[in-house]
Amino acid sequence: MEFFKIRRDIPFMRHALVFNLVSLVTFLAAVFFLFSRGLHLSVEFTGGTLMEVSYSQPAELNAIRASVSALGINDVQVQNFGTARDVLIRMPVQKGTSSSAQSERVLATLKAGDASVTMRRTEFVGPQVGDELAADGLKALASVIVGIMLYLAIRFEWKFAVAAIIANLHDVIIILGFFAFFQWEFSLPVLAAVLAVLGYSVNESVVIFDRIRENFRRFRKMNTEQIIDSAITSTISRTIITHGCTQLMVLSMLLFGGATLHYFALALTIGILFGIYSSVFVAAAIAMWLGIQREDLIKGSVKKEGDPADPNAGATV
Amino acid sequence: MNRYPVWKYAILLIALVVGGLFALPNLFGESPAVQVSIAKASLKLDAAAVGRVEEALKAADITAEAVTLDGTSIKARFASTDVQLKAKDAIQKALNPDANDPSFVVALNLLSRSPAWLTALHASPMFLGLDLRGGVHFMLQVDMQAALSKRAESLAGDIRTTLREKNVRHSGISRNGQTVEIRFRDAQAAEAARRIVQDQFAELSTVESTDGTDIKMVATIQPVAARKLQEQALKQNITTLHNRINELGVSEPVIQQQGLDRIVVQLPGVQDTAKAKDILGRTATLEIRMVDEGTEARSAELGTAAVPFGSERYLERNGSPIIVKKQVILTGDNLTDAQPGFDSQTQEAAVHLTLDAKGARIFRDVTRESIGKRMAILLFEKGKGEVVTAPVIRSEIGGGRVQISGRMTTVEAADTALLLRAGALAAPMEIIEERTIGPSLGAENIAKGFNSVTWGFVAVTVFMCAYYMLFGIISSVSLAFNLLLLVAVLSMLQATLTLPGMAAMALVLGMAIDANVLINERVREELRGGASPQAAIHAGYDRAWATIIDSNVTTLIAGLALLAFGSGPVRGFAVVHCLGILTSMFSGVFFSRGVVNLWYGRQKKLKNVSIGTVWRPDSQNQVATN
Repeated sequence: MEFFKIRRDIPFMRHALVFNLVSLVTFLAAVFFLFSRGLHLSVEFTGGTLMEVSYSQPAELNAIRASVSALGINDVQVQNFGTARDVLIRMPVQKGTSSSAQSERVLATLKAGDASVTMRRTEFVGPQVGDELAADGLKALASVIVGIMLYLAIRFEWKFAVAAIIANLHDVIIILGFFAFFQWEFSLPVLAAVLAVLGYSVNESVVIFDRIRENFRRFRKMNTEQIIDSAITSTISRTIITHGCTQLMVLSMLLFGGATLHYFALALTIGILFGIYSSVFVAAAIAMWLGIQREDLIKGSVKKEGDPADPNAGATV
Repeated sequence: MNRYPVWKYAILLIALVVGGLFALPNLFGESPAVQVSIAKASLKLDAAAVGRVEEALKAADITAEAVTLDGTSIKARFASTDVQLKAKDAIQKALNPDANDPSFVVALNLLSRSPAWLTALHASPMFLGLDLRGGVHFMLQVDMQAALSKRAESLAGDIRTTLREKNVRHSGISRNGQTVEIRFRDAQAAEAARRIVQDQFAELSTVESTDGTDIKMVATIQPVAARKLQEQALKQNITTLHNRINELGVSEPVIQQQGLDRIVVQLPGVQDTAKAKDILGRTATLEIRMVDEGTEARSAELGTAAVPFGSERYLERNGSPIIVKKQVILTGDNLTDAQPGFDSQTQEAAVHLTLDAKGARIFRDVTRESIGKRMAILLFEKGKGEVVTAPVIRSEIGGGRVQISGRMTTVEAADTALLLRAGALAAPMEIIEERTIGPSLGAENIAKGFNSVTWGFVAVTVFMCAYYMLFGIISSVSLAFNLLLLVAVLSMLQATLTLPGMAAMALVLGMAIDANVLINERVREELRGGASPQAAIHAGYDRAWATIIDSNVTTLIAGLALLAFGSGPVRGFAVVHCLGILTSMFSGVFFSRGVVNLWYGRQKKLKNVSIGTVWRPDSQNQVATN
C-alpha cells in the first residue's frame, strides 16, 4: 500500500500567504470567542462542589434541580453525564456551610425523592485551590514554551524556535477557542491534553525542520522556498500516517473512555487536526518570512579567517 | 552492516525478561482480603497473632485462601467478598474483645492473586489511584495563624507564672493577636521583666513603649521560632491524623504533607465516607480552665453585665451560659490516654483521662490551691468551644488520673474519648479539597481505560501491518514491547495509576508509533532512491534517529512541565506520559532494529524487503513488493 504517490514537490510555499491568512482568521475568531464567551471552567478551577449520582431509571433533571434549589443553594447546574440515568450536579462555593455537609444534605434530599439514587462520586474544591490550579496551569504553559524554544534554538536556530512556537501556540488558542465557543467544560485533564498537544505538534514541526536542514546540505542549488517545499513533500506521508495513528488511539478513547475522558479526547482531536495544519503550513511559512538561510543551519560552512581563539587573530603588524 | 553484537541482544533479552516478570502480577487480578495491623505501638505482630487469626477463622468455619504475615500486617485472602465480610467480623471479634479499645486494626483490602514467587521478587501489580479503586481523597489546610495565636496564649500564661515566681509586679498580661502584651507601672519592673523574658523565653523578642503612665512591653514570637512552630504543628497534625485513621480501620491510608501548610489524606476503599469525614474534620482539643466566680461574672452569666476582662463566655452541654477565665491550665498536649467508662458512684457515662507527669503536677497544684472552686473542662471542635463539665473541686487530685462525667450518653463518651485519645491537633484544619469515588465507578473507570488502550492498540496494529507488511508487524511487536515495558516500570516504581494515566498510556502508544513510521518511511524512501535493501535499512534507521530524538525531547519537555506544575489528575497523566516517552525510545528504535537485524541481517544477498509498496515516480511499476 502507498497512499502518497507524489511525483513532484508540491509548491506549498507559493500559497504561504493564504495559509497564514487562514490561520490568522481562525486565530482571531478563537481569541474573540475566548473573550466574548469565556471558558466554561470546571469545579477544579472555580471552586465548588460537584456530585455524580446514579438513578435506576432515567432521571428527571427538573425535579432534581427544584429539590436542590429548595435547599437554598443557588446557581445549581444539573445535567446528564454519559447516560440518562447518571446526573452531574454542580454547586458553587457556599459561604458558611462546609463541603461535606452540603453534599450529604443534597444526597439526603434526593434520596427522599427517589430511593434508588446512589452517590458515585463527589468532588469539593475550595476557592483558594482553584486559583492556585489556574496559576499552576499558566506556569506549566510558560515553562513548556520556554523549554521548547530553548531546545529548538540550541538544536536548530532561533528563527525555527520562534516559528515553531508561534505555529503551535496558535493551535493551543484554537483549541481553547473551540472550548469557549461550544462551552465545553475545561477541566484539569483538558489542560493536560492541551499541553501534551503543544509538545506533540512541536515535534511535527521538528520533523520538517530536520528535513529542511538536511535539504540545505544536500541540494546546494535550490533556493529556500524550493527547499521547504521539498522538505514538506517528503515528510507529508509520515506526518499524515503518524497523526492518523495517534488519532486512532484518541478515537478509541472518545468511543470507549466514557464521559470522563470525553473532553480530554476532544481536545486532543482538535489539537491533532490543527497540529497537522499548523506545523505543515504555518511553521515553515513563518520560518521563511523570518528569513532562514543555508548559513543559519550549516555551521562551519563559512570559514572564518584565522583562529577565533587566537588573541592575535586579525592583528596586523 | 545490519547486525547487532551479542551484548545488544543480551540487553534486549534482559529487558524482555525483567519487563515480563514485573508486568506479570498485573495479569492475576485481585481477590478480597482482610488486613490486620496493630493499633498500638506497644504491640507486635508475630506468628502467635497469625495463629489467633487462623483460629478465629476456623471457629467461624471460614476457609481462607492464604494467611500471610508480611512485616507490618497480617493478610488473609478469601474467595469472595461475602466470605471476606464474614471473616472481618470474626477476626474483629477474636482480636479486639473490647470494641472501645481496639488493639488491632482490622480492615478490608484487595490483594494481588499473583503467586508467592513473584511476591518474593517484590513484583506487585500497578498501584491504582482512588479514581480506579474507589475511596476518599482530602486535602486539608492547616490554619497556621491559629497555631501561632494558641502558642502566644500559652506563652502569656507561662510569663505570668514566671513573673509571679520572681516577684516582678506587673499590671496585666494579655494576648493580643499573636503577641503578648505586658504592662508595668514603673521602669524598674519592666527592666527586670525584660531580662527574665530574654533569659527564659528565647523564642520571644520584646519591644517596649510608654502608654500613658504605664510602660507597655510587647513580646513577639521570632520568625525562626514561628517557622519551627509551624513545622511542628504540621507534623503533630499528621501524627494525629494517623491515629484517627487507624481507629477508622483503613488498609492502606496515604497521609502526606503537601507544601508548607497542607496535608493530603487518601483512604482507598473507604465506603462510609460520612464517618471518615466526620472523624477527620473534627478538630477536638481539650482545655482545662478555671470558672470565673466573681460577682461581675455571676451577673454576666445572667446576661445583666458585660463579661469581665480576662474571661470568656461559653455554653454548657445543657445550653446554660458559663463564664470561664481565659487562662488555660492544661491542654490536650498533656493528655496521654482517654478511655470511655462509667462513674463508679453514679453509674453515669464518663471519660477517664490520664495526664502526663507535667500535667499531673500542674493539676495537683491547681486543685490544691482551689478547693471549693469550680473547674471547667472545655472541648473545642472546629473552633467552637463547649464546656463538657464544670465540677467543683472537692479535694486535691494527684496521680494524674481525672474523670470527666456529666450529662453524657455512652456513645458520646466513647466518641469524646476517641477524639481525645487520637490526640489534639496542634492547629485547626479545614478541608479545602475533597473527592469521593464510589467503588462501582472505580471498576467502570478501569474498564473504560482498559478498553481505550486495547481498541486503540488493535486499530493501530491492524493499520501498521496492512501498510508496512513485515516492517509493520515488527513495529507492532515493538509497540507491544513498549506497553509491556511501561506497565513493568509503573509496577516497579509503584507509581499511582489513575484514569488520566490510562489515557496517557493510550496517547503515548499513539505517539510512540511515530518513531516506527519515521523509520519505515525513511527506509522506503531510500529504496525509492535506489539503495540496496541492506543499505536502505541501515540508512533508514540512522537518518531517522536524529529526528526521533528531537521530537521526543520536545514532547518530554511538555511532559516534565506538567509533572512539575501539575497536581492531582494532571500529575497522574504526566508521570505515565514521561515514562512512556522514555520506554518508546528504547522499544521503537533499539528493540525494533534488533528484530529487523535478526530477520534480515544474516542474509548477505538480500533482494527485497517486506515493507509494503515502494512506489517510484519515474517508472510506472512498483519496484519491490512482497
